[in-house]
Amino acid sequence: MNMIETSTGTIPLQAYLLIASLLFCIGVWGLINSRNAVRVLMSIELMLNAVNINLMTFSSYIDGELIRGQVFAVFVITVAAAEAAVGLAILLSLYRNRVTVDMESFNLLRW
Amino acid sequence: MTISTSTELICFGVLSSIVILGSLGVVLLPNIVYSAFLLGGVFMAVAGLYLLLNASFVAAAQVLVYVGAVNVLILFAIMLVNKQEELKPIKGLRLRKIFSGAVCAGLLALLIRVDFTTPWVLPGPNAIGEEATIRIGEHLFTDYLLPFELASVLLLMAMIGAIVLARRDVLISDIGTGNSVDQALIEKSKTPLLIDKSSQ
Repeated sequence: MNMIETSTGTIPLQAYLLIASLLFCIGVWGLINSRNAVRVLMSIELMLNAVNINLMTFSSYIDGELIRGQVFAVFVITVAAAEAAVGLAILLSLYRNRVTVDMESFNLLRW
Repeated sequence: MTISTSTELICFGVLSSIVILGSLGVVLLPNIVYSAFLLGGVFMAVAGLYLLLNASFVAAAQVLVYVGAVNVLILFAIMLVNKQEELKPIKGLRLRKIFSGAVCAGLLALLIRVDFTTPWVLPGPNAIGEEATIRIGEHLFTDYLLPFELASVLLLMAMIGAIVLARRDVLISDIGTGNSVDQALIEKSKTPLLIDKSSQ
């Protein structure tokens, strides 16, 4: 009985989705506007977390028996860890070559 | 209103305000070290939201992987590239910020509209709560076995790729003599090609 109380409890589904969409939009804005390359990686992590909140919310509210959303969230966490490692390695080698972390100066492939 | 529901509401309010204010701080604060620590706070608050959603295993994984690995990695990267540099002013930056802010606000409005107008099929089946860890293990070794194995291959590839990309000393040996070539000469001869010519 307690489990039912917490699963479809007082907080509506829409509240979680609202938090997730706010977090995603903040991440998109930071991704576009950051000049520091490390902050760009942080914004990508924020966006991934927003997607994870969405997956977990639907898994708990709509797919409570099979919780496929939680499995997907575990996979997203795995891919995010791999992405962070490779992204920071690329950032280090960029810093070694250009001696800056300003995104505006990484324009070697620009037209 | 019972005490459990009010506790849940208070927890949700505190956690979501930490998430939103913390992520705003991550994006907006000028000092990047503060943003990295705030990012850790945001990850912890998201783990708290997972606990509210009856997902203790994913909350633990979130704390271990994000706070324990990704955030520490970001802090190490900040320490390795920590150079106080004056960013060159570029024209139209304010206009760009306003325009992208408008685009993001539009995206947010679209998402909120979808959120509040879609008739969600509620309530679904009851959440299984404590058995979730067992169920995740069953999923990982039956119907999600192939993605699980692919994830392990992906992690191996990412590990090797990160090592190859980030290490400084590429072992180049002279073909004629077999001795290793002086590394400083190679880096010195490579660097002038890559320095930005437009700044001079």
